Amino acid sequence: MMKEKLQEIRENALKQIESTNTLESLNDVRVAILGKKGELTNVLKGMRDVAPEDRPVVGQMVNETREKIEEALDAAKTAIASKVREEQMKREVIDVTLPAKKNKIGHPHPNTLALDEVKRIFTGMGYEVVDGPEVEYDYYNFEALNIPANHPAKDEQDTFYINDKVVLRTQTSPVQVRQMERGKLPIRMIAPGRVFRADEVDATHSPCFHQIEGMVIDKNVTFSDLKGTLAEFARELFGPETKVKFRPHHFPFTEPSAECDVTCFKCGGKGCRMCKGEGWIEILGCGMIHPRVLEMSGIDPKEYSGFAFGIGLERIALLKDEIDDMRLLYENDIRFLDQF
Amino acid sequence: MNTSINWIKDLVPGIKEVGDQEFRDAMTMSGTKVEEFNRLNKNLEKIVVGQIKSVEKHQDSDHLVICQVEVGADAPVQIVTGAPNIPVGSSGQKVPVVLDGGKVAGGHDGSALPADGIKIKKGKLRGVESDGMMCSIEELGADREFYPDAPENGIYILPDSAEVGEDAVHFLGLDDCIFEYEITNNRVDCYSVLGIAREAAATFNKPFCPPVVTETGDDDDVNKYISVSVEDELCSRYTARVVKNIRIAPSPLWMQHRLMSQGIRPINNIVDITNYVMAEYGQPMHAYDYDRIAGHKIVVRRAKDGETFQTLDEQERKLDSDILMICDGEKEIGLAGIMGGENSKITDDVKTMLFEAATFDGTNIRKTTKRIGLRTDASGNFEKGLDPELALEAMNRACQLIEELDAGDVCGGVIDYYPNKKEQVKIPFEPDKYNRLLGTDISAEQQLAYFKNIEVGYDKDTNMLLIPSFRQDLKCDADIAEEVARFFGYENIPTSLPHGSTTMGGVSFAQRVIDTASETAEFLGFSQAMTYSFESPKVFDKLRIAADDAIRTTVKILNPLGEDFSVMRTLPINGMLTSLSTNYNRRNKDVRLYEMAKVYIPDPEDPACNDKLPDERVEFTLGFYGEGDFFDMKGVVEEFFTKVGLFDKITYDPNAGKNFLHPGRQANVIYDGKVCGYLGEVHPEVADNYSLGDRTYLAVIDLPVINEMAVFDRKYTGIANFPATTRDISMVVPKNILVGQIEDVIAKNGGSNLESYKLFDIYEGAQIKEGFKSVAYNIVFRAKDRTLEEKDVTGAMDKILEGLTKIGIELRK
Repeated sequence: MMKEKLQEIRENALKQIESTNTLESLNDVRVAILGKKGELTNVLKGMRDVAPEDRPVVGQMVNETREKIEEALDAAKTAIASKVREEQMKREVIDVTLPAKKNKIGHPHPNTLALDEVKRIFTGMGYEVVDGPEVEYDYYNFEALNIPANHPAKDEQDTFYINDKVVLRTQTSPVQVRQMERGKLPIRMIAPGRVFRADEVDATHSPCFHQIEGMVIDKNVTFSDLKGTLAEFARELFGPETKVKFRPHHFPFTEPSAECDVTCFKCGGKGCRMCKGEGWIEILGCGMIHPRVLEMSGIDPKEYSGFAFGIGLERIALLKDEIDDMRLLYENDIRFLDQF
Repeated sequence: MNTSINWIKDLVPGIKEVGDQEFRDAMTMSGTKVEEFNRLNKNLEKIVVGQIKSVEKHQDSDHLVICQVEVGADAPVQIVTGAPNIPVGSSGQKVPVVLDGGKVAGGHDGSALPADGIKIKKGKLRGVESDGMMCSIEELGADREFYPDAPENGIYILPDSAEVGEDAVHFLGLDDCIFEYEITNNRVDCYSVLGIAREAAATFNKPFCPPVVTETGDDDDVNKYISVSVEDELCSRYTARVVKNIRIAPSPLWMQHRLMSQGIRPINNIVDITNYVMAEYGQPMHAYDYDRIAGHKIVVRRAKDGETFQTLDEQERKLDSDILMICDGEKEIGLAGIMGGENSKITDDVKTMLFEAATFDGTNIRKTTKRIGLRTDASGNFEKGLDPELALEAMNRACQLIEELDAGDVCGGVIDYYPNKKEQVKIPFEPDKYNRLLGTDISAEQQLAYFKNIEVGYDKDTNMLLIPSFRQDLKCDADIAEEVARFFGYENIPTSLPHGSTTMGGVSFAQRVIDTASETAEFLGFSQAMTYSFESPKVFDKLRIAADDAIRTTVKILNPLGEDFSVMRTLPINGMLTSLSTNYNRRNKDVRLYEMAKVYIPDPEDPACNDKLPDERVEFTLGFYGEGDFFDMKGVVEEFFTKVGLFDKITYDPNAGKNFLHPGRQANVIYDGKVCGYLGEVHPEVADNYSLGDRTYLAVIDLPVINEMAVFDRKYTGIANFPATTRDISMVVPKNILVGQIEDVIAKNGGSNLESYKLFDIYEGAQIKEGFKSVAYNIVFRAKDRTLEEKDVTGAMDKILEGLTKIGIELRK
């Protein structure tokens, strides 16, 4: 009698569970059967009518029934939950190709981008980045660099004068002198900065532009060290395939002096519009520091030697970024700046 | 410096076979940089000298004629032409003829030359066969400027000396290539054909064959004709010779062609010789009409202030006492080294002339040409500082050419004023030293071989290198090392890296602050601008700066490019506003820019920078228009301060006193009692001055002040383990009390457990009485070591409220 009843409850429960498809109605089923006033609970309550000797058997049967039903409930719950999640996920499908929500981030100036590259390369080689005044004494800008008064090179540089002793520096080279005068040797430094020349503004000229000076002074520094250093620099800056060519040139503060060309990084040296068909692009001037320059700054040229180089920052930026007009660099149109 | 390759090859016969490109590369690598070269006959093919036999009318044309032209072949060539200078019935003219299948350089109108020239083929013109073309000078790629005898729009008629059938290109000297060199200013000797040829000879290791200058002159004595007195040190050498019985005539074709290759127009034999010698040696020469030299006397002295002088270009020149003049017994007859005078120039009927070759001070010449605004080829050479040894060599060469060209009779003897003969420069020969500097291992013998090629001698007994006079640039070891390097080849020097003691690379602290500022600005949407360091003094008016404001004291440029670039900026604002304005007027929306702008503040005691350089300060300058307001800018400033380790409270003083900012929307930024900069909204009038239609905000942080306080070290202070207690207060505050004042009270009275406070509501209007505003704060207390008790918090709150009440604030119930 009891057995049949339990059997019935069980079958009935399983049937109900099977036909349920929401978590809510599943819970209703649980309450209706296993709840305080549920069918099975009622059966348990009727246990006192069962003969004491039968109670263990019946109790076991009740527990079995309960376990089975709970198992079925759990299984159904898992099934329904995963179905519900699946449906939810289906509803939540988004069009991932919709536009991104961007934080507006600013951009560095192309000059800065180029300078950062140069700084990265030289600081990695143990160079210190130093600074010097832009409004500078004639002595540092010219005289101490072996460009005495009335030297034609002085006229060529179209200097802006503040008074007869003070100029807007025409090159970053005076920082060399200031660094040498500090008297700490050896020196490995680069000095980036703004320089000024009385050139009218056009696509390739600006009265205000930037150079990066470099200098190494130590015992036994050679021209071949200069070549090796700049070749390394060029490969780092323009790519590992870059070749360099050193041509004799003249600067008053270096001797021997050279101009340095690199293979055109656009065409790899075959010749293109960028390198005007030459395959080579001139990027810097350099040389062994003139013994007189060392001497004037209190360094004994018999004991020490060194090399120096000067790079036009805008030239590097324009070349690397393929910018065709220098004026763009000082106009600050956001449509230009945003490209860097 | 332009030079004909044929001329160079005549001086260095060993390089006859060297191609143009090879020559260019080798010269560039040995230090005589070739900018470009232009082969004159690159598009001239099958062009011969022809002679017109007959010219008949073309039956079907008004302007065409049919010519029979002898070209040295079996039969004459029939050519139809429309050239106006070949009339019907004429004959005998010699002309350049391009044969069938040949090529000319350009069209007859002289327009730009096509890169590959123009092919000429047989064809029919109005039914009549034409088997070639007679050429104008333009079709030969040349210029009427140098061929003044060439007709406009016509066939170039060759001189009778041309032989029928010979190569017309060769005859005209067009089988040549013009090289343009970039000569550095230390190599004065290379501003001459001989200088370049000497370099070419050394570069290719071939013999150099300069002209052999022989004795010239008759038995007469120049001293009977002229006396020279030099009264000023600006003239270190003066040589003079006399030529009699001048026979003015055109110079020979070879000389004309060479002059043309240098870009010099041939005039007549005398003028051409002076120009030729200048091209050859780099030494300018001048020819005076001897009969117009008063007293037959040359005096070299300075001019007097205020005098005027007519140069041979018929211009009046104003003189001063720094100008060196060539004078005769009575008057000035030439601007020394620059240009001769109208009063003594040679004319076609000159009988006797005085040749001058002198050495003048280069700096003085340079300054003079600038002052009087007259620069000539001669002055251009002098200002480089010529070798005085050249003067006599050039003089004798010119006289040799006079005799060779039979242009006159050279009088015997020479006047040579040369009181301080240049001493021979000697430098000890130290081959190891050069190798040490270069990082090479070049033998002493090899080095001496290089020197020999450039005429640097060697005295074995004294171990001295003997520097030739024309190499004024060779003064010390390093100069000699460069000569070794040049001829060894820069490309052959090995590469290595410096291997001395190691050094610490890196950037300065100030640079790190700049980098941090840039990084912060860019993350917050600002792009980096760069503007000029100089601007117009009118900027101060544009920015409403008071007339007596110290900021108007600027570093002034004596020789600016114009008023707009005449003073060094003392404020970074103009560049920023100008850039924002550029963007605004190009309709760019929501533009944010920053600049690391240097300002140049002169010492107020010494604004002219006589004894002190200006203080150069980097100003971190931010500006934007469009989305955002004052408080967005304030946020940027505060982010930056946090990034450089300035975590304490920044205070803002609304009395910043900036006339270019909105009077009610500006503040100084103060940290630890120091003013670090300011921010604010641009004054509407200033915005108008810059055509900025949107509200624009600026912030300027003076980085030198930040550098003194910035810290990049960080210390961990732990994460709170005990719960916080929060209190909200709502206040009615008189309008004139700033939120900053309330915060000061909270901060001061909040006690040691005060963790933070945050404004969460501010309101003015209905429900609040007139003249007041409602302000609400959320205040958080927390202790590090325990859970706070009610009485801790109440005690602190009481103190805060007490403080607030004191400044007239009521608590809202």
